[in-house]
Amino acid sequence: MSERLLSLRELTVGYPMPRTRLAGPRPWFTAVDAVDLEIDAGRAVGLVGESGCGKSTLARAILALVEVQSGSIDWRGQPVRRGDEAALRRMRREIQVVFQDPVGSLDPRMSIGESVAEALEALEGRQDGATARGRVASVLTEVGLDPTLAGRYPHQLSGGQCQRAAIARALVGRPKLLICDEAVSALDVSVQAQIVNLLADLRRRHGLALLFISHNLAVVRHLCDEVAVLYRGRIVERASSASIFAAPRHPYTRALLAAVPEPDPAIRARSAAPELRAAVATESVAGVGCAYRPRCPLADADCRAEAPRLEDGGSGHLTACHRARAGTPAGLTR
Amino acid sequence: MRSTRGSAEVGPDALFEVRDLSVRFATPRGDVTAVRGVSLEIGRGECLAVVGESGSGKSQLFLACLGLLAAGGAAEGSATFDGRQLLGPDDAKRRSLLGTRVAMVFQDPMNALTPHLAIGRQLAEVALDRGLMDAEAARARSLDVLQAVRLPDAGSRLRQYPHELSGGQRQRVAIAMALMTRPELLIADEPTTALDVTVQAQVIEVLAEARDRGLAVALVTHDMGVVAGIADRVAVMYAGRIVEVAPARDLFAAPAHPYTAALLASVPRLDASPAERLAGIEGQPPSPGVEPEGCAFAPRCPAVLEACRRHRPLLERFDDRSVACHAHRRSQGHGS
Repeated sequence: MSERLLSLRELTVGYPMPRTRLAGPRPWFTAVDAVDLEIDAGRAVGLVGESGCGKSTLARAILALVEVQSGSIDWRGQPVRRGDEAALRRMRREIQVVFQDPVGSLDPRMSIGESVAEALEALEGRQDGATARGRVASVLTEVGLDPTLAGRYPHQLSGGQCQRAAIARALVGRPKLLICDEAVSALDVSVQAQIVNLLADLRRRHGLALLFISHNLAVVRHLCDEVAVLYRGRIVERASSASIFAAPRHPYTRALLAAVPEPDPAIRARSAAPELRAAVATESVAGVGCAYRPRCPLADADCRAEAPRLEDGGSGHLTACHRARAGTPAGLTR
Repeated sequence: MRSTRGSAEVGPDALFEVRDLSVRFATPRGDVTAVRGVSLEIGRGECLAVVGESGSGKSQLFLACLGLLAAGGAAEGSATFDGRQLLGPDDAKRRSLLGTRVAMVFQDPMNALTPHLAIGRQLAEVALDRGLMDAEAARARSLDVLQAVRLPDAGSRLRQYPHELSGGQRQRVAIAMALMTRPELLIADEPTTALDVTVQAQVIEVLAEARDRGLAVALVTHDMGVVAGIADRVAVMYAGRIVEVAPARDLFAAPAHPYTAALLASVPRLDASPAERLAGIEGQPPSPGVEPEGCAFAPRCPAVLEACRRHRPLLERFDDRSVACHAHRRSQGHGS
C-alpha cells in the first residue's frame, strides 16, 4: 500500500461575518464543515463544487494559510498545527500549489528563471550558481518550456507558458503533493489540454499526488482517481472517478453532471431529464436538515429533520443523502 | 422566423450584416490588427455563435460594430443593421439603434448594473431614457422581462439592489435589461463564462427562449458546450479571420477545418475514455502584430500542405458550409 500523505479529520474552517446587530455574538460563516479527506502518495483526488462551496478555503487550510476552527490535519502521519513552525516548514516543502491566474502568480519583475531559482533557494537554501542553473533548466524542460526562455519575463510569455512556469516553480523542490486550485480554468481549451496532459505525465513520472480543485467535471474525470463533491462546505459524495461518473448517487452530483454543456448534439438529445436540473437555491437553510434540501427534487421529511451523514453505500462509494441510501427512484437514473 | 436555420448563409434578408470588417489598434510598438476582413450575417430569430480562443478577434469584431473599441482602435469595412450602417462617424444614427433595437450583454454582470440603484429603477430607466414608454408601462415591462429570464419573486426583486443578488441572478437581470426595449438583435459576449455550470445551463435556456421568440443572437464564446446548447450556426475565428462557418450540427458532427477539429478534440469530454490523452494544439497562434504569409494556422496544422505556407486560403463555400483551407478544398476535389 502506498503511503498516506494527507489526512483531514473533521476539518472545520469559518470566517467571521460583518455584524448585523449590535448585541449578541458575531455571525460566523462556516466555509468548510467537518470534512474528512485522505490523499495517498501518487493519487489524484478531484475536489468539485460550485463557487462558494469551500473548495479554495479547504486548500488554504491545508496550506495553513487560514486558521482552522476544529479538526485535524495530518501530513505523513504527523499532526500539523499553525504555530508549529518546524512541522509547517517540512510540510510546505512537500506540498506545493498552483493557482488559477498564471500571470498573477509570477512576479512581473523577475524572469521566469529567477522565479524558479527563488523557489529553489527558499526550499533548499542557496546553492552554487551552476547547480541552481542546472536544476532550473531541468525543471523548465520537464514542464515543456525551452530553457532558453529562462530569461523571459511573464509579460513576454503566453498564458499557457506562464502556467508551465508556475508549475515549474512548484515542482523545483520535488514536492510529494501538488494542489491545483482551478489551475487550468483560465486557459484556452487547446492550452488547457496541454497542461492537463502535462499534469498527467508528471504524476506518472514522479508519482506526484494531486489535489485537483476544479469546477470542470470533464477535466477532473480525465485526471483524477478519486472525486469528492463539496456542497456548502460539506462533502456530499466521495468515490472513485469511475464509480462517481458512471453512477452518481447524490442528487447534487447528478445535477452538476446534467448541467455540463455537451458539445455533441447526438448526445445532447438524450441527456438530462428536466427534473435533474438543479434549481438555484432560493431559501437559505436553517440549522438542521440537509443543506441541499431547498434545491433537491427528492427532499422529504427525513431531509428536513436530520442532516445526512457521509456513509458507504457499498464498494467505498460514500454518499451523504437519505434518499440515495433508500435507493434511487427509477425516473432519476442518468 | 426560423426558416433560415440550418443553412450556411442567411440570404438577402439578413438582419445584421458585416462585410470585410477589419479592426486595427495603434500601439506604441506599431499597429496591431485584431480582425482581418471578416464577413458574416445573422438572420432574424437566428443564433450565430462566434467561437475562438483568446486573441482570435471575436470580441473586437462586435465591439467595433457597437462603436465600443478601446482608445487607439479603428474599424474599416461595413456593418449594417436592418440596412443601416453602424460604422463610420455618424454616432447619432448608431446610438439611435444601440440599446433599443440592438442590445448587448457582457461577461461581468456587475459592470452592467449600477450598484446604488434598485433593480426596478435600472430596468425602467432603459425604456424611460429613450422615451419608449411611460412610467406605468415601464414598470409592467420590467416585471415581464424579469419573469422572462425566470428570476424567482420578480415583484420583490424590483426593490432589491445588485449586491443582494447572486452572480447568476445578476446576469439574468443584465439580460432582462437588454430585453427591456424588445430588441431584434442581442450581442452576448461570453455571457456565461463567469457562472457556475448549473447557473450557466439556466442562462443558456433563457437566451434560447428569447431566440425562439424571434430575437437574433450573436453569441461570442470560447466554450463549445455553450455553443451546442443554443447556436444555429457557428463561425470559428483564428488569428483575426473566420476559418469555418457551418450549421452547428454539421460543425460538431464533422468539422472541416483542421483548427475546428483540433479545437473540438481539445475539449475534455464526459463520455470519452479518461485514459486517453487530450489532443490539445501544439504551438501558439501568431502574434497579432504580424500578418503571416500563407495560412495563419499552417505552423500548427496536422494537415499542412506546401501551398498552405505560401498562399492564404480564402473562405470558400462547400454546400452548407464555408471553409478557408487548402487541404479541405483538395479533399473536396477542387485541386490546388
